[in-house]
Amino acid sequence: MSDRIMGGLGLLLALFFIWQATLIKESFISDPVGPKIFPIIIGVLVGLSSLAILLQPDDEPEWPDFSRFFEVGLTVAVMVAYAYALPTAGFVVSTAVAAGYLSWRLGTPALKAVIAGVVISIGIYVVFHLILGLSLARGPWGF
Amino acid sequence: MDTLSALAHGFTIALTFENLGLALIGCFLGTIIGALPGLGPSNGVAILIPLAFSLGLPATPALILLTSVYYGAMYGGRISSILLNIPGDEPALMTTLDGYPMAKKGMAGEALALSGIASFVGAFFATWGLVFLAPQLVKVALLFGPAEYFALFALAFATLGGIASRNQAKAALAAGLGLGIAMIGVDGQTGVPRFSFGEVHLYDGIDFLVAIVGLFALSEVFIFLEHRGTEKATGDASGIQLGRLTPPLSMLKQTAPSMARSTVLGFIAGVLPGAGASLGSFISYSVEKRLVDKNNTFGTGDPRGVAAPEAGNNAAAGGALVPMLALGVPGSGTTAVLLAMLLALNVTPGPLLFTNNPDVVWGLIAALFIGNFMLLIMNIPMVSLFVRVLLVPPRYLMPAVAMISFVGIYGISGSTFDLMVMVFFGVLGWLLRKLDVPLVPVILGVLLGNQMEANLRRAMTISDGDWSALFASPLSIGLWLFAFFGFILPIVAGRFFRPKFARTDSEADPD
Repeated sequence: MSDRIMGGLGLLLALFFIWQATLIKESFISDPVGPKIFPIIIGVLVGLSSLAILLQPDDEPEWPDFSRFFEVGLTVAVMVAYAYALPTAGFVVSTAVAAGYLSWRLGTPALKAVIAGVVISIGIYVVFHLILGLSLARGPWGF
Repeated sequence: MDTLSALAHGFTIALTFENLGLALIGCFLGTIIGALPGLGPSNGVAILIPLAFSLGLPATPALILLTSVYYGAMYGGRISSILLNIPGDEPALMTTLDGYPMAKKGMAGEALALSGIASFVGAFFATWGLVFLAPQLVKVALLFGPAEYFALFALAFATLGGIASRNQAKAALAAGLGLGIAMIGVDGQTGVPRFSFGEVHLYDGIDFLVAIVGLFALSEVFIFLEHRGTEKATGDASGIQLGRLTPPLSMLKQTAPSMARSTVLGFIAGVLPGAGASLGSFISYSVEKRLVDKNNTFGTGDPRGVAAPEAGNNAAAGGALVPMLALGVPGSGTTAVLLAMLLALNVTPGPLLFTNNPDVVWGLIAALFIGNFMLLIMNIPMVSLFVRVLLVPPRYLMPAVAMISFVGIYGISGSTFDLMVMVFFGVLGWLLRKLDVPLVPVILGVLLGNQMEANLRRAMTISDGDWSALFASPLSIGLWLFAFFGFILPIVAGRFFRPKFARTDSEADPD
């Protein structure tokens, strides 16, 4: 069933892609092929392979149960929040929180996870910023 | 003789203090990356690319660092295979079959040392193969026009699913997705924006480094998150005694023919498009089993069963560099990632690389030779050091991997938007892996899509819009035929391989 859903989505994606490709504005000077044709070929390729998957699906993969899906979703949310927090809260603080959260969700007891987060964050800061001189996000406190 | 003097020149480049240091660091990091389950050559190299890039290393040192990591990871994969029965990366899968039984028999030290030597033999001779084969391939490639290049790209995509592909439709879908992603952004030839939906960030297109790190490294974090508690990737190495770290001479003598055959087979598997190190080790092991397994000792801790796949996978790793350097078309996941490195450094691989940037090519090859000796030393006397690294549990390792991925991408552009895109690719990679869609064609599509289109359009401009020009030369017809059969063959022959290649979707590091 998962494969059929993927095939169906792929087919929709292909149609959308081809439709968008036809909307590309041609420039007044163009080569014989132009900017539209190759994307349309790709769209056809995606469409055909999706159709093949739809018609001949593989065995069902092992999906995790709902709680794990929720877990993955929550982690994605944390990562997105992390990306937004970086410029405002600075590297060390946001990384300590995000790494600690990840470590906790991967099975570390809460207190140890906090320590792990701080250690990972400071470790990366020392190695990459202080030693290697990579520029990391600076927060209001300069780190 | 030309080749040898070029190689000698390469050594003068590689033998600087800085480059030797980078090779040493690369070999060390690579061995750790290979040894740790969940981090393999492609995601290891993928995380390091943005870092090497943001550190502002010039092309040659950066390439030396990353190919050392690549070779090192190929060595390191065997450590956890032998000690924990968990392959450190996919190419090391076959090493578990005889390596772990050997360790259980109390011969862990011998197995590690023997596989280290086999790795060295495979990688060393494959590097020689690279030295001699790549310039020959360059001569052929100089005959290529745009139409032939277009056919070559098609060949690379068609064969990328590999002989062991389970579902060619999924490989094709993956390639299409990658190519489609490459189309986003301003068209290089006419300057019109495509698929950017008015979003300014998308005008530059999707940075392939962002896509690679997301697909390979972040998706691994999600896989671990999903399997938390099942402890599938944590083992206990503390109970295993290493024993002596030198294999007896008789064992070396017994395994020497296996190593020799596997090196040749592995190298060929590596050079062929669509077959990376995993196939190299798989083929080597199967052939050895058929040839020399008279008493059915394979699978019960036969030293030949350890030597063969290790020589095979390391030889394939060297072989896979041939098409990547000479044609600019990688044949495996990790070489695709290395190609990304070259593109990020504004070095265009392909036949012109050998004439325009001989320093890069030969310096790199010389560094590979040096790295091999470093790896041999690291992997035999110092192996117990790496064994200790294996004890780092993933619940501490994976957060660090995720954070380093973020650091690398943020270091390139400093843009939150890129981080979002990376998270998106992480989720996409996770879903695709669950659905058994290979990730390497996606990466290759993102990397090569624009070049492929440019070659098509160049060919059409030359022929003034006559599509039959794509099939005009015998060379291009040959490439198209290869592409056709390369795509069809797995559908027929796949049944033969399929039962033996176990489903490894969740721990597979694509190479």
